[in-house]
Amino acid sequence: MKTLSLNILDIAQNSIRAKADEISIEIKESFTNNRYQIIITDNGTGIPENILENVTDPFVTTRTKRKMGLGLPLLKYHAELAGGGLKIDSRPGKGTKVTADFLFNHIDRQPLGDIVGTIIILVASNPEINFIYRHVTDNGEYSFSSKETKEYLEVDTLYDNALLEDIAGMIGENLKEIQASGLTFKEMQ
Amino acid sequence: MSKITSLADLKKKREEIKTGLDIRIKAMDPESVVQVKVAMATCGIASGAKAVMEFFLEQLERRNIAAIVTQTGCMGYCYAEPTIEVKLPGQEPVVFGYVDLKRADQIIEKYIKTGELVDGIIPVNYQSIDDKKE
Repeated sequence: MKTLSLNILDIAQNSIRAKADEISIEIKESFTNNRYQIIITDNGTGIPENILENVTDPFVTTRTKRKMGLGLPLLKYHAELAGGGLKIDSRPGKGTKVTADFLFNHIDRQPLGDIVGTIIILVASNPEINFIYRHVTDNGEYSFSSKETKEYLEVDTLYDNALLEDIAGMIGENLKEIQASGLTFKEMQ
Repeated sequence: MSKITSLADLKKKREEIKTGLDIRIKAMDPESVVQVKVAMATCGIASGAKAVMEFFLEQLERRNIAAIVTQTGCMGYCYAEPTIEVKLPGQEPVVFGYVDLKRADQIIEKYIKTGELVDGIIPVNYQSIDDKKE
């Protein structure tokens, strides 16, 4: 995982598998306070108490079950490497909140990367889930909700290439506006 | 048109398109189109599944192939990531491993367009990920 966006794409899979119908991805970055925080919240099935304690240990999960695997351990590793840590709050039946903290200026803090592409993939693949993306910087904040967008445009699905491209453009412009750091647009080529 | 920065801009553009052409966004019937599922668990993402998925999303449309591209969980072939499952209408799904952009291109040109098989097929009695019990 070279960027924070790829970690987010991965962690969001846990929420999708936990049958969440609302997944919120929040990034709070502050250069002045030297903080970078990623919060992923879902309203899925939650993590059973007996697993929660060891959920960031990749070897605790049995492979057949694939409850968590390497996603959370990797994010924890990246957070700790960058002077921060990982916190998981989960209540069975209510949902899960994963908070990853980093030091903004730490040399090992990964750049955000292609967050726009990540959101687009999640939105395109999971039409029944409301994805909320909120990004806060020292210069302002931006938020996007797939459900709100669908309702506003009066469409049943956002799965349409031209539309997805425009949505990507819209999110990208707004992130530039609030000067979100470490953005890249598409990792392909 | 200038840059789209708000939902209002987005809506305006949709309406402009609509007046020219009668394009309505409707959900496609999955059974009548090509279905591509990209395995996107930790193993897939770390191996480049995101770029592969973006490639299929973009290229299938560009090459005028009616298709639905979605992500799915780990298919259990972590050694061969990125892996994808392709289901042509009315056929059994086929799983391809080691799908980089070059192979993705071959899969579209050969398998999806003409039904010709290409390298990288995972040759097992494979059930679609949705049918498989976890």
